[in-house]
Amino acid sequence: MNLHGVRAIYHFELSRWFRTLGQSIAAPVISTSLYFIVFGAAIGARMGQVEGVSFGAFIVPGLVMLTLLTESISNASFGIHMPRFSGTIYEVLSAPVSAFEVVLGYVGAAATKSVLLGLLILATARLFVPYTIAHPFLMVIFLVLTAVTFCLFGFIIGIWADGFEKLQVIPVLVVTPLAFLGGSFYSISMLPPVWQKVALLNPVVYLVSGFRWSFFETADVGVGVSLAMMGLFLTLCLAAIWWIFRTGYRLKS
Amino acid sequence: MSSEVDPIISVRGLTKTYATGFQALRGIDLEIRRGEIFALLGPNGAGKSTLINIICGIVNPGTGTVLVDGHDVVRDYRLARQAIGLVPQELHTDMFERVRDTVAFSRGLFGRPPDTAFIERVLRQVSLWDKRDAKIMTLSGGMKRRVMLAKALAHEPRILFLDEPTAGVDVELRRGMWDLVRNLRAEGVTIILTTHYIEEAEEMADRIGIINHGEIRLVDDTAALLQKLGRRELRLQLQQPLAALPPALAGLPLQLAGDGNELVYAFDASGGGTGIAGLLAALQAQGIEFRDLATRESSLEDIFVGLLREGARS
Ligand SMILES: Nc1ncnc2c1ncn2[C@@H]1O[C@H](COP(=O)(O)OP(=O)(O)O)[C@@H](O)[C@H]1O
Ligand SMILES: [Mg+2]
Repeated sequence: MNLHGVRAIYHFELSRWFRTLGQSIAAPVISTSLYFIVFGAAIGARMGQVEGVSFGAFIVPGLVMLTLLTESISNASFGIHMPRFSGTIYEVLSAPVSAFEVVLGYVGAAATKSVLLGLLILATARLFVPYTIAHPFLMVIFLVLTAVTFCLFGFIIGIWADGFEKLQVIPVLVVTPLAFLGGSFYSISMLPPVWQKVALLNPVVYLVSGFRWSFFETADVGVGVSLAMMGLFLTLCLAAIWWIFRTGYRLKS
Repeated sequence: MSSEVDPIISVRGLTKTYATGFQALRGIDLEIRRGEIFALLGPNGAGKSTLINIICGIVNPGTGTVLVDGHDVVRDYRLARQAIGLVPQELHTDMFERVRDTVAFSRGLFGRPPDTAFIERVLRQVSLWDKRDAKIMTLSGGMKRRVMLAKALAHEPRILFLDEPTAGVDVELRRGMWDLVRNLRAEGVTIILTTHYIEEAEEMADRIGIINHGEIRLVDDTAALLQKLGRRELRLQLQQPLAALPPALAGLPLQLAGDGNELVYAFDASGGGTGIAGLLAALQAQGIEFRDLATRESSLEDIFVGLLREGARS
């Protein structure tokens, strides 16, 4: 195991983030605050309670997930796309690092950022609404698992994309809609029965539901199902990455 | 090609066909000796970068094997790659990183523990120590190239690949690069460089390999190749153009040139007999007449061009 190599990549990625720490933190904090001002305070005041939880508190887990998904994908995809674009990837390809170590460095760094951001948003949200976390340990597990899974997904997108436009396509066209429709701001039990069935096809529903359960012990689907679905998605991403490195897809000609 | 006793790099039957269907390497056999400076000489598109990039792990090999210090570059890639430093042909650097950070990154990436004293030594070696805290994007092209060299040296490799190290580099920098390469060789580093400048190969290399159309045409000591500089040519202006060499002359070092109006005979001026008398007799027997003749020394350039022509014909 080339630990120096993993550390070099990890450190490189985090220092890239720290160079632009201001904007990296400001953007999600500002957008979260806006959500709370609009949904929590302005609309939420008239919404009353959802499944026994005030609307302001109810949307906290969904908002964290929303940011976690988009930030994980954009950070991780950019992290691996940039060296491909600039050509500096030659060095990683010629180095004595295994595929696992490369992924550990890049995805580990991106997931670290995502988890820190998630915690930051939780802290920001606390300024707007009081909420309690019923199962803090499980909450952290969901946070880390989601961060890792979606950073892996982002890594795949960063390798697949052959330009910066494509880098944006999946997050904007797929992930954001799924995240919004995935019950971030409502319980899917509020939907008409047919749409409840359709919603179950959306993987984000399981993330948000499980994550929310760790806060309020209310869920659209069972926690076990949530964890299983996350495990499934994680496995799919790992398989895709294994294939990428085995074939050199988009990395080696 | 004779087999080396203990080659540091050994390439056997290496082929490469790109996804486009283009075959860039057609069965390369090559051995690099420990501690030598080896120049891979060939025109653009010959396959030099492809060969280097396969050895270094950037391009997937087709068929064949590459051993680096006895380690297969695919199976034992860790051990093989640890030994290698690479400066690729194109200039690829980060923009916002500081010089010393990017060199330290390379060292770590190749599995070496941090060593600030060694990083300083490398940066001094490439005359970048006073730029150690500069962001890479503020450096000139020549400096960026030296940053890449420092990165390649950061993990103390025993083999250094330089893919066209002096392309687009001014004369002074080129001299500096050559001095540095010689110093590295003196420290025991094996150096493989590619170039399409004959002078560069001639000046730098212990041995030269000539590559074209994905095939190694010739590998020889630079001294031996230079001796061929001592070869001379007899050029005969013919009375009547020839469509082809008569079969009776096939055994002689003869070539037809100038649309068949000229016969070029190569001979070794340093040896005893030149064979010119025999040639003239053979020509007479064939009824080939000439109106003028001249001798001249052939240059390495001519040898090179001749080889490439041969390659193009075959
Ligand atoms: N990724 C690639 N896909 C298809 N063809 C390529 C690729 N890279 C190089 N080639 C072709 O292979 C040949 C050899 O290229 P290269 O090894 O770069 O030559 P050199 O370094 O000697 O100039 C060239 O004809 C080039 O166009
Ligand atoms: Mg080249």
